[in-house]
Amino acid sequence: MEFPTALVLNAIIAGLLLGGFYAAMSVGISISFGMLDVVNIAHPGFIILGSYIAYIVSDRLGIDPIAVSLALSPLFFLLGMAIYRIYYLCFEKRGQESLRGLAFFFGILFITEVALVLVFGVDYRSVRGAYSETTWRLGPMDFPMRLVVPFLVSIAMVVGIELFLARTFFGRAVLAVAQDSLALRLMGVDTLRVKEFAFALSIATAGVAGAFLIVIQPVQPAIGREYIGLVFAVCVLGGMGSIRGTLVGAFVLGLAESFTSTFAGPSWAPAVSFGLLLAALAFKPSGLFGR
Amino acid sequence: MSHSRFALVAFAVAGAIIAASPLVPNDYYFSAAYTVLQFVILATAWNILGGYAGYVNFGSAAFFAVGAYSSVFLYKWAHPPLIVMIVSGTVAAGLLGLAVGYLTLRMRGVFFAIATLALAVVLYTFVVNWDYVGGARGAYILQPRDLPFGLTRYIHVLYAAMVLMTAFALVIARTIETSAIGRGLAAIRDDELAAECAGVPTLRLKVLAASVSGALMGMAGTTFPYYLSYVEPSAAFNLSYAVNSIAMPLIGGMMSWIGPLLGALLLGTVQQVVQVTVSSEWNLLIVGVLLVVFVTLAPNGIMGWVDAWKRRKK
Repeated sequence: MEFPTALVLNAIIAGLLLGGFYAAMSVGISISFGMLDVVNIAHPGFIILGSYIAYIVSDRLGIDPIAVSLALSPLFFLLGMAIYRIYYLCFEKRGQESLRGLAFFFGILFITEVALVLVFGVDYRSVRGAYSETTWRLGPMDFPMRLVVPFLVSIAMVVGIELFLARTFFGRAVLAVAQDSLALRLMGVDTLRVKEFAFALSIATAGVAGAFLIVIQPVQPAIGREYIGLVFAVCVLGGMGSIRGTLVGAFVLGLAESFTSTFAGPSWAPAVSFGLLLAALAFKPSGLFGR
Repeated sequence: MSHSRFALVAFAVAGAIIAASPLVPNDYYFSAAYTVLQFVILATAWNILGGYAGYVNFGSAAFFAVGAYSSVFLYKWAHPPLIVMIVSGTVAAGLLGLAVGYLTLRMRGVFFAIATLALAVVLYTFVVNWDYVGGARGAYILQPRDLPFGLTRYIHVLYAAMVLMTAFALVIARTIETSAIGRGLAAIRDDELAAECAGVPTLRLKVLAASVSGALMGMAGTTFPYYLSYVEPSAAFNLSYAVNSIAMPLIGGMMSWIGPLLGALLLGTVQQVVQVTVSSEWNLLIVGVLLVVFVTLAPNGIMGWVDAWKRRKK
């Protein structure tokens, strides 16, 4: 058999493009789970919520879904603030985050899913942007625009967050909370406010990632679950709380999934991320770029 | 009450409940009771690791499905009697609990929780791609024609099996709770580092609890194929098993075996009523909302109220 050059090339391209999108989905988990130690397993629920909001608004008003999600991200930011407040008051303050906090987020994930089913039903929804049907061709290589546009915006968002955390005063405060929140409190910093801000930021990224998701593929309420393993796999693989690691982890997963769908069939793809997550948890929990 | 006496009482009660079944007028009640009892087992099993040791398992559906699909596999392969299916499914799910527990319980508790979430999707994908047990299309299972003890409907057999399995699960849970194992698990829940320093074999106890808990969840699933007579992956891996088996102990109370029993009986019955009168989506929404409300406002559940009331009376 001849070596399938075009197939491999396109699998690599699709994997890298998907990886950029996975980075956008996982960067929020890197902030909430990796830095703040808030195990927000409801993150994919907020991503799906973002998909549906982008879907409704762009369907009604005819605006591009990604633009919609960027414009509406302050709403997700406020939602994140509210959720962190409840989480802090009910669990973190009482030292019950490990068991009850997890159950709380699991409940929220479940409620978003069922509420979306009740409102929209279990049908798949999709949006068509101006670029959905366009594909650039470069020799044997395909660049479908519905993957390229989310990829570019994702990378811009993730790099923006990395720069924000590394360069600005408030961003460094978030990193400081991640490293030693007690020391920060002793210096008179209101760590609660910093954590609330950072958690809200993570939920805002989920809302935007939701719009990418519905541009890339049709969405129905239950698919959120499939991404739980993915976002945590990226976060753990990349090393907890490292944004650069998240980017690398996302590319690794994107490539692994793309090769699995190309050579073993798309129905095996979900097992890849979870399998990698299980392997990472079992054998190298500190990740590739662990701090 | 000693362990053996509790076991005797539990199985006597189970026997009495089964003996009283000819008094039940309508077959619907058997099917409803079967579902509620299935949740009692799941909640009791979840509580062995979640309530006693404080480790959250989000993969109840995976363990349940392992029990169900091991029965499907045996049915396709050799048509063994029901009791063989129940035992093998229980052992298979227990081995899965052992493996997952051994690999991930050495780390912080949250990694175990995430691993169990992942486990459900990995196993789901495998079953969807495994044609022998029906793959994504699902598998038809015919209920046996010849029934033991002069029974007329197969649901009566399943119901009796479920009652006995429930008694078994409760006996196991209470035995663990009131023995040295339970005290070790409670020490892990309260302060794992201190427990380890005091000489509690933490990893061994956690893995043991994960295996027993997984085995009981699998056991609850073994009769599922016969109950529905058609199994498909999304039914066996339904997220509602995971949510219910967490919500029920949380609502009932996680400190003793009574809590999950109470929570499952209450929530299970409410769900049966809502499912018939409203719809199954609303029913799931109610479970989710109750879970969040209880976990934020009444973290010790109904048994927590009972304990507070007892203390006030003294």
